[in-house]
Amino acid sequence: MPDLAQFLFLLFSIFTVLCAVGVVVNKNAVNAAFCLLLCLVGVAGLFVQLDAYLLAFILLLVYAGAVVALFLFIIMLLDVQGRQSFGFSGLTTFAGLMSFALLLTGLGTIAVRGHLDAPRLNRLAADGAHMKLYAYHLFTTYLLPVQIIGFLLLIAMLGVIVLSKKHDGLEDLK
Amino acid sequence: MFDFYFEIPLVLRLFIQGLAVIMVIFPIAGACSMAERKVAAWIQDRPGPNRAIVPWVAWIPFLGKFLQRLGVFHVMADGGKMLFKEDSLPGHVNKFYFILAPIVAMIPALTTVVAVPFGAYFDAAGKVIPLGLAPLDVGMLAVFAVSSLGVYSMILAGWASNSKYPFLGSVRASAQLISYELSMTLAVLPVFLWVNAPGTPGTMGFGAVVEFQSQPGFLGGMWFGFLMPVSAFIFLVALFAETNRQPFDTVESEADLVGSFHTEYGAFKWGLFFVAEYSHMIVGSGVFMLLFGGGWNPLPWVSLATAVGWLGHILPFAHAPLFVGLLSISIFMGKVLAMIFFFMWVRWTLPRFRYDQVMKIGWQKMLPLSIANLLFYAIAIALIQK
Repeated sequence: MPDLAQFLFLLFSIFTVLCAVGVVVNKNAVNAAFCLLLCLVGVAGLFVQLDAYLLAFILLLVYAGAVVALFLFIIMLLDVQGRQSFGFSGLTTFAGLMSFALLLTGLGTIAVRGHLDAPRLNRLAADGAHMKLYAYHLFTTYLLPVQIIGFLLLIAMLGVIVLSKKHDGLEDLK
Repeated sequence: MFDFYFEIPLVLRLFIQGLAVIMVIFPIAGACSMAERKVAAWIQDRPGPNRAIVPWVAWIPFLGKFLQRLGVFHVMADGGKMLFKEDSLPGHVNKFYFILAPIVAMIPALTTVVAVPFGAYFDAAGKVIPLGLAPLDVGMLAVFAVSSLGVYSMILAGWASNSKYPFLGSVRASAQLISYELSMTLAVLPVFLWVNAPGTPGTMGFGAVVEFQSQPGFLGGMWFGFLMPVSAFIFLVALFAETNRQPFDTVESEADLVGSFHTEYGAFKWGLFFVAEYSHMIVGSGVFMLLFGGGWNPLPWVSLATAVGWLGHILPFAHAPLFVGLLSISIFMGKVLAMIFFFMWVRWTLPRFRYDQVMKIGWQKMLPLSIANLLFYAIAIALIQK
């Protein structure tokens, strides 16, 4: 009889993995997007179990709440009903084989060693759980990455504006 | 007296607590639909629903007539009608998502309640303990995150209906809800900048916000609605847009889109959409009152502790935790209901915006205003709390 925490962990991880498989397997793009949404909810559940409430709710807010909604929005606007099925080219086959090999290697390593390298529990407790500590890390240790990501997003935003704006006399810009 | 309750296993106890909260929210959401019709009638100077009555209540001399005029039995009649009506399923819809959409509407609407405290009591040391299902440190984020999932019900309903007007409505829904989420999030940031003063443990929970509004002194007792009126205004407008209430109900505007995303729905599935909308309103009003309206404090500059102290002179049991809990919950519920009345009042006061106006207000007015507001308060708070 597993205790509640273990039961919830199993529930959420099985749910997440099944939904992730659903994203890949589903031919219908709306079904796939919905599976992705459920998968993100499952991952958020796992984060809550790790006491990383902030991460869990940011994941829900940004990815489940906004990004997947935009995915669905685009899918509906373009009305893709699984008719664009791309065949395998040389490159995609190679990439697929490579990632499958990586997956097998990872699984094989775990199977041979019999356990995962888990960080010690007392180190896990603090960082993601408290807002203040989290903010402290963002503004000290990880200040540079945060700034760089901010600039990347800004560049992406400018790119979208340039691409979507109508330029007079430049109709073939796209 | 209540020792037996704490001997129940934790899981069962949490289940009972959750069920109790839902059993309060659900009937209030139902009663709100009735109240809406009554308020509409009152504002338009007509009697409104006043006919339905259970026969044996009609035999009571004065009370029966009064209850009939009040229209309370219309709630039961409406509910009964919705339950026993034929639950039609149009032939051209995507059945799975069509049935799923109203269910998906209910889940976030009722889940957000978890993070919202609705009352408080004092422990032996006189410390304020908020009453709520989950005292989360990230309460505000949790409400934003879970309520942002509400958009999927509209997207799914519109898409699964496989018909043009619902589809247009769902496209509008996804654009409108994402647009106003931005200014809503930026509007609450000054509140949490102020609450997370230097030296305090950082939090985004509601308990700390209310505690900050119940301090002694002029600035301490001031509700954030007075301290940050622009934030409160932006939050309120965005709340109207997020809950699809007039004047922002372009998502279901019956003039140009028939009934929009619920055009093809009927009977109980249609009813679920409305219970979800009212639940969103209840939770949204609750969050507004916690952030800007003093939470469970009865009046500005009069905190719950002060009020209980005054009552202590008259009532001998005023300091009992049970009494304080009930008092704070009634104060809070009173504020939430007043807020819901405000929603209905605005409905019959302002005409509906056109969809392009909604987008223009969201992106060109509310968003710059909320950014300017955030900058102003960030500088002001930095100077004051230095």
